[in-house]
This record gives sequence, C-alpha cells and structure tokens, in this order.
Amino acid sequence: MLLIHCPWCGPRDESEFGYGGEADIARPPDPDALSDAEWADYVFMRTNTKGRFKEQWVHIHGCGRWFTLVRDTVTHEHGEAGVFGGVEPEADG
Amino acid sequence: MSGPQYRLPAHALTGGRIDRDRPLGFSFNGERFTGYAGDTLASALLAYGSFPLARGFKYHRPRGIFGTGAEEPNALVQLETGGRSQPNLRATQIELYGGLTASSVNAWPSVEFDLMRVNDWLSPIFPSGFYYKTFMGAGIGAGRWWRLFEPFIRRAAGFGRAPAAPDPDRYERMNAHCDVLVVGGGPAGLSAALAAANRGSRVILADEQAEPGGDLLAGDRSIDDAPAMDWVAAALGKLDAAPDVTVLRRTAVAGLYDDNFATAVESVGERFGPGAPEHLPRLRLWRIRARRIVLATGAHERPYAFANNDTPGVMLGNAIRHYAGRYAVAPGRQAVLGTNNDSAYRTALLLAQAGLAVTLADARETPPAALADAARNAGVAVEAGCVVSAVVGGRRVRGAKVGRVLPDGEISGAPRAVEADLVGVSGGWNPALHLASHRGAKPVWNEAQACFAPADLTALGVGAAGAAAGAEILADCLEQGYAAGRDAARAAGRTKRTRKPALKTDDGAAGAPIRPLWAVAERRSGGIGGKAFVDLQNDVTVKDVALAARENYRSVEHLKRYTTLGMGTDQGKTANVTGLALMGMETGRPPDAVGTTTFRPPYTPVPFGALAGRDRGALFDPVRETPMFDWHEANGAVFEDVGQWKRPYAYRRGGEALEAAIDREVRAVRNAAGVMDASTLGKIDLKGPDVVTLLNRVYTNDWETLKVGRARYGLMCHEDGMIFDDGVTARLADDHYLMTTTTGNAATVLGWLEMWLQTEWPELRVFATSVTEAYATATVAGPEARRLVSGLDSDIDWSDEAFPHMAVRTGTVLGAPARVFRVSFSGEASWEINVPAHCGPALWQALIDGGATPYGTEAMHVLRAEKGFIIVGQETDGTVTPHDLGMGWAVSKRKDFIGKRSYKRPDTARPDRKHLVGLLPLDSSTVLPEGGQIVNDPAQEPPVTMLGHVTSSYKSPSLDGGFALALLKNGRNRMGDTVHVLRLDEGADPARVVAPAFYDRDGGRMRG
Repeated sequence: MLLIHCPWCGPRDESEFGYGGEADIARPPDPDALSDAEWADYVFMRTNTKGRFKEQWVHIHGCGRWFTLVRDTVTHEHGEAGVFGGVEPEADG
Repeated sequence: MSGPQYRLPAHALTGGRIDRDRPLGFSFNGERFTGYAGDTLASALLAYGSFPLARGFKYHRPRGIFGTGAEEPNALVQLETGGRSQPNLRATQIELYGGLTASSVNAWPSVEFDLMRVNDWLSPIFPSGFYYKTFMGAGIGAGRWWRLFEPFIRRAAGFGRAPAAPDPDRYERMNAHCDVLVVGGGPAGLSAALAAANRGSRVILADEQAEPGGDLLAGDRSIDDAPAMDWVAAALGKLDAAPDVTVLRRTAVAGLYDDNFATAVESVGERFGPGAPEHLPRLRLWRIRARRIVLATGAHERPYAFANNDTPGVMLGNAIRHYAGRYAVAPGRQAVLGTNNDSAYRTALLLAQAGLAVTLADARETPPAALADAARNAGVAVEAGCVVSAVVGGRRVRGAKVGRVLPDGEISGAPRAVEADLVGVSGGWNPALHLASHRGAKPVWNEAQACFAPADLTALGVGAAGAAAGAEILADCLEQGYAAGRDAARAAGRTKRTRKPALKTDDGAAGAPIRPLWAVAERRSGGIGGKAFVDLQNDVTVKDVALAARENYRSVEHLKRYTTLGMGTDQGKTANVTGLALMGMETGRPPDAVGTTTFRPPYTPVPFGALAGRDRGALFDPVRETPMFDWHEANGAVFEDVGQWKRPYAYRRGGEALEAAIDREVRAVRNAAGVMDASTLGKIDLKGPDVVTLLNRVYTNDWETLKVGRARYGLMCHEDGMIFDDGVTARLADDHYLMTTTTGNAATVLGWLEMWLQTEWPELRVFATSVTEAYATATVAGPEARRLVSGLDSDIDWSDEAFPHMAVRTGTVLGAPARVFRVSFSGEASWEINVPAHCGPALWQALIDGGATPYGTEAMHVLRAEKGFIIVGQETDGTVTPHDLGMGWAVSKRKDFIGKRSYKRPDTARPDRKHLVGLLPLDSSTVLPEGGQIVNDPAQEPPVTMLGHVTSSYKSPSLDGGFALALLKNGRNRMGDTVHVLRLDEGADPARVVAPAFYDRDGGRMRG
C-alpha cells in the first residue's frame, strides 16, 4: 500500500485516496471540431505506460482535493504531488 | 498410547523452557495426552514418540512431525471443533493450552487406517501429471471421467475442512507507525531493535514465537560466558522498558508491501483456546507503516533427500536440537544425523548429553577438526564422508543406512545398516527471504553457501541481518543485527550516537564450508529402493523432478505446476531450493538459472477472521437511517437496502400480504394522498456566480433560462454520452442552487462535479456541498395532497397559481424553515417538503395525522413506471443515451456539454439502437420477469437473436394487469408488434410493444 503525500494533508495511506487515471487529458475546447477518431482518442484511449506515469489522485477520505502524482508503474516509486490550476497549499496549513 | 516416555528429565542443558509445574491435558484424534505450559502441540505429542499423525497428500504414507516452526510440511491439524474450528494449522506453531482438541487433516477414514494408502502401492501408475494426463487429456470422454472422479480425487487429496458454523470469536485490527520495524526476535533481531532503540527510534519488534530468542531458545548457546537466554532476557527487559519500543510477541509478519507497509497477525486470545478471557480478541491484525525495516527472519534448515525420508522419526536436524533443548523432548534412543555442514554438531552434542546414542554422518571428507573432536569426546560416532542413504521402517523409523558418498554424489558400495529410531537431516540453510521477495526482489544465489540470499533492498529502506542475510555464526548475527538497526535508525532520521556493545560468543574455532548435497539414493543409486521426497507436503519425489526434466518442464514455473512442488500451505519452505537444485543438476544448470521462487504474501496462512476484523455482521457496512426511521419501524415497514440506506419498501397493515400492501399504497396515491420518505435523495448545495455554467456543462439540457423559484429535471452523462445520473435542480437565488441526485449516486455525483471543478475548470467559482443528511424530506402526492398540505401550519401559498408544477418555494412549515419542491415522480400533483433533519418526525406525523397514507419504494416504482419515468440503473446500465430513452427533449442542441460530441459517433447515432418501450403482456395477468430477454421467435434455433430485455415490470392496480418497460432494439419503430419475453426458467410470454407511458399521458394530473 502506497504512502502518498497529499499536498494539503501530508503523507497518508493509499486507502484514503481515489484514483483518477492518467493526468493531463485535457477536454478539447471545441469537441465538434474533432473527427470521430480524435474524439474517441480523448474519451477512450489512455497510454498504458511501463515506467514513469503522471496520474491524478483525489484525497477522497481526507481533504477532497485532486492532485497529480508521478508514479513508476513497475516499481511503484512515486514522487512529490503536483496541484491543479495553480492553487497552492498554504505554507503552513 | 503409552506415556510421555521421550520427555527428558530436568537438568542443566535439556531442562527446557517448559513449566513442569503446569501440566496441561489435551486431546488429539480422540486420544488423551498431557503436556506442559510452554509446549507446542508438536512438542507435547513428540514426548510420546514419533508416531504418524498425518498422511501424505498423494500416496497417503504415514507422516510425523518434521520441523519446529513455520516450515513444517507434515503436521497439519484441524484445531478445535464447531464454528471455532481452524483447518491446516501447523502443530509446531500451536501453543498448548489445557483442553486443546485437535485432529489430523489428511487421512480418510483415519490416520491409523488410511484407505488411500493404496495410492502408494499403485504409485507406478501415479507419476506427476497423472490426473491431468488421464482425466483431462484429449482422449474421448476424458472430461466426463474427470467429472466422475473429481469429487473422489478431491476428497482423497483434501486438507482440513472450513468450519460450517459462524465463527464465535472476535478479531481486531490495529494501525501503527514506527521508525524501524524489526521482523524476528532472534539474536540479530534483538540486537537490531536495541541498536535502533538506543538511538531514540520508535521501534516495533515483531516475533512470531511464544517467546523471543530465535535459535537461542535451544538453550545450548552462551553470550559473555553466561547462558544466551540471559542476554535475551536482559535485551527484552531493556526493550520492554523503553517508552518508544513495542515488542509484539506471537506476531507473525505476513506481508510486506509498498512504501514499507507491513501486515502482521498477533495471536492474542488464541493461545488460551475456547476458554480465552472474554475481553481478548482471538487474533489482532497489525497494519504497520515503518520508515525502515530490518528483516531478521532467520533461516530454514533444508533436508537432503534419501529413500523413505518421509518416515515418522525423520526430522530436520536443528528441529531435533530445539525439541531437546527448548521442550526437553528427544523422540528416540538411537539417533542418526546426516549433515553436510557444521550446524548438526550442536544437535549431536545436545542429544549425546541427553543420553542418546548418536551417529553423525558428515558428507564432508574432512569435517572441521575442532567440531569433530568435541563430538567424539562426547561419545558421538562421527563418520566422515558419509550420508544417510535410506531409512528402514514404515510407520516409524526402525533403522537407517549410512554409506560413503563419492565426490560425484554416488554412494560407494553397499551402505551399512545402523540401528536408529530417530533420524535428523541437515542439508544446509535457506535464508527466510520471503518478505524481501514480497517487495519484488529476486534472490541472489550464493555459491559458497549453496543458498539464495535476499537481494540488497537498501534503496527501498529494507535491510536484512543475521541468518536471513546468510550469517552462519552467532557473532555475525549479533554484529549484523546491530549494524542494521543502527543504519535503519540513522536513515529514519535518528542521529543520536551510541556505542556498539562488545559481546563474546561461543562460536569457537572456525568451521568448514558446506558440501552442497541435494539427494542421494533414488536419483543415481538405483537399487536402494524407496521413495525419496523433495516436497513432503505435496508428495513430490526426486523421481518426479527428473520426470519433469525429461518431459521438458524445466523452468521453475513449469516445474511447480507440473509436479506441484512448492504449493500447499507451506509453500515449499523446506522444498523449493532443493527442487531447483535437482532440476539444475538434471539439466546442467546452476539453481538460479532454473529460476527463483517468487514468494507472495502471506508468509504463513492468515485466517479470514483476522482480515475481516470487526467488519462483519451488522458492522460489515454502515447503515444509514432517515430521521423518520423509528416511525417506519413502528408502523409495519418492510425495509430494503438502497446503497447504505434503509428505505421502507412497503408498510404492512395487520396481517396484510406484501403485495396487498403495495396495491393499497398505489391506490391511495392515485385516489387520495400518499406520503413517502424521500430523505435519502442526494442533495448538493451549489453556490457561486458560475453555477449555471457548471450546470450547463454537466447536464444535457439548458439551464440559462431557469428562473429563481423554479426547478428543472436534468440528465447527466459521461463523455461517452451514456446516462449516469438524473435529478431535479432548483434555483433558490441568483447564485444558489440545490441539486438532487439519485439515492445511490449522491457521493458519486458530488465527486464528479468536484473532479471537473478542480482538474478541468478551476476558473469556475462554485462551491459544491453535500447536504443530504441535513434535511428530512416528505413527498406528499395525490389528488388530495393539496388539501392536505394546505392544512399544515405554514406561510406558503399552496395554490396552483402561486405554486405551480416545477416551482420551488421557501417558507416555514410547522414553524420550521422549509424548502418545498413541486415536482412529481408519481404522476400526481406532488410536493417535496424539506425541513431540517430533526424536524422530520414532526412533519411526518402531521402529514399522517392529516390523512396521508405512507407509501414505500415499491409503490413509488409502480407509480413512476406507469408514467414511464425512468430509474437510473434500472432503465439504464451505462450503455443508454437520452435519445435511447426517447428523452431527446432534454438534450440541448445549442450548447456543449459532457458527452454531447459522442452523439455524433456512428454507433450512438444509429436509428436502430435499443429504445425504451412499454410492453403489455397479451395475457394481462402475466407479470413479465425483470431482466427477461426479448426475442421475436422463441422457437428459433439457437443462437436465438436477442433484441433487448425487460427493465421494469409490475402489476398495476390502475391498469388492472401486468405492464413493463423494456429496452428493445429499434423499439420505437415497432409499436404494436408482438414480441416474446423469455421466462427465467422455461417458455416465453408474448407481449405487445407500446409507448412507454401507461397512465395520464398528457400529465394533466400532476399539473392539476
């Protein structure tokens, strides 16, 4: 079980978190401009990375915030969490 | 059974750690025995001799106790009876208590008379893979034979039985954090814990045995010229006194996981048996998060294989030493020990001291002189360059054969018969690297010591020390333990400097290296006769490994699956390495080229009860009750679970049948007034200037036009265009909305909104807050409903002009602040009155007193289905679009929303998808089965063309017959057709396809 560092709450057990899959899948600004294949790629296709993988997690049984995490899918090594939308946790929450 | 004749008298070295003042009676296979406090079930039984207490898995040959701990392959027992019964426990790990009851697990009908012994005599026709070759091969009818024989084979091969009755015991779970977790309380582990504790670390030391000490418990070692157990006692004294150290006795670490998370099982009440004090849980599951971990798990001795090495009375050499030294039991008078390394010399000395005649066959041509001299001086007959090549006996050892072993492993000439009733074998040591393997580390082959050692896991914060790391002498164990504990503390940030203790051990003169030896007899020296087992638990012989090699099952994975080597409850703790080495010899490869075993958690089996802890029965899942629950319960409600909620399904009056109650409730709503507890509906409070933008993006319909004081129904889809929730959202103020969700989806919808708000649209200024539990909701519906609500003490104008359909009003009801939604799920005029949760019971009582009939979820289902209103999760299943349901009116063409683009994908745009339709059975007394498959022609030859399924089906009091909603391929274009719905058992019912609305199609009643 991973020990994940929530940017707002600090290190917590993986069981407190929800998994949100691959990060940086931006919603297309104009879906109608996309071909069926491009839209399907956004909706259905995800990379199945072996190695370092940027993914998103939510501290669902904690502060409820989403953040990103780079995790190695082979070794489960993971680094510091990143935040969304430029909202930084306060220095001394 | 005669008395405990093999219990040694109490004197200096063989007095043991048992309490002779506390005799304990127990029963095994129905016979009475007596042991002492401090015994295990195994040691107490061995005091009566090495009698058969199990049967082999495949050949059903008699088996006795082989080891002393977790490595035990034979002595599996069923402990206790009834709901408390546990199968497949190792007798070597069961602490004896008064009144203990246990029995053998693998003997049919009994251990003394085992019918399946016939398998041994027939064994030439039972080689590896026999069952599969015979019963599951390609031959005609092979599958049928397997089905016929499988129950018999399974019973023949069975281990213990799972209890049928509920477990009466209680289990607990504990979470703990520490700087350093030390696994194992032998010399290395104690030394590591002391070093870490001295540095000020928070330390947890987990040791699986009844008392820590590890190998020192044998009682024949000394540290600083005093008995080593004195050092153990002093170390435990220091650790127990240290404020930040927890010593977990009887606690087996079962698994090691990412980021140094460990699970461990502590035996608490179990050692007292059924009479355990009430306040103690049977087991406690520890979930430990450690900054650093030190593995001081010791090593398992392994045997080498020889003919009939499974006979009761053949044991691991060091196990014999522990039984003699720790438990004062030596189950024999004449011992023959076979070894290829130094460790058996301590066993020989201890047995000689206990008065046994001892022959020690050392496979090495030149045993270390100091050890050999000491043994000879003690009266041990040391035979250099010799091995035990066979055992004579059957039900127990009656003699051994000792022969000279040549450099290539062959036996030279005829082996010599030696009188013996106890045979010990030591073929070397396998570091217990299971936990390191849990972290994914491939073991490393150590050629000099002929063993696998754990890989370097420093980068993961895991260290190994002592025998677990390959140490062979006590001084190294203490030294490595200290260093590992110090390093772990330092890495965990504890930098206080300490002084290393200088300890004097009794390791004595330098020993000699091991002579690798895996099997004698069968493999090369045919003619000695008798099976030579590699894996005692799975009855895998040296021959089976050779057969696997011949048939090209050469990798470790194939070897395991073909022969079953390393399977079972012991997972090959005494067998795996030998099996790999033998395969290597067959195929001309070193053992690590054959492969290594990947150990997975748990290290030893963990009872389900320990994993479940308190999460069973009523505590399995939280139960949510609405504020009106007590009233429901007192008034005949039959509850159904909706998510975690208890919702009234229907209210039975007097002796009324359930169906009659539902019928009555439906009629009450259609003809008078009913009231339903709708408190469970998900309620999300949305505030902020950008709420309308959010609603426009997450709902399929348009929200710009919704005015304050009005409510609107919406459908929510995923990006694939499929519906996942629906509900009504009301605008309470310019920037304040209240969204309702389905009961089961409340948390999911809130999570969905939060995900989009946080990860995709952080610029939207919206606060989303769950307020589900803050309100109690009573839905009043029916032609008499307006009269009824108008009678409440309230400042709300209930008239249709002031409060039309799809409007929302705030005010007071019975003095409580209230939000009232005029929405209808029943098709009748209907008001949803929301008041603060604690006011719910009073509101409910007032509505009942006013004459409303309470109705439950089933009446609600009938009422809404008559109207063709969908339930998400019933009419939808994640593959259904709004258009499929004929709800294109709720899909905006002007704006973008989540899922919209998907409606242009060819598959979602198809005109002949499955559509929501109504079905009327031609025989109106029929109620079609929900889930029933729809076909055109039930007589069609299979595969029958499936057209869809029934999603909701009820008997309607209003229609006086059965009716259903269904998803039917191209259904909207099939109105009036007759289709057939397959029954769940046999046959089919014809039904006519109609529009999915059966009652008041223009909606006049709910607007009235």
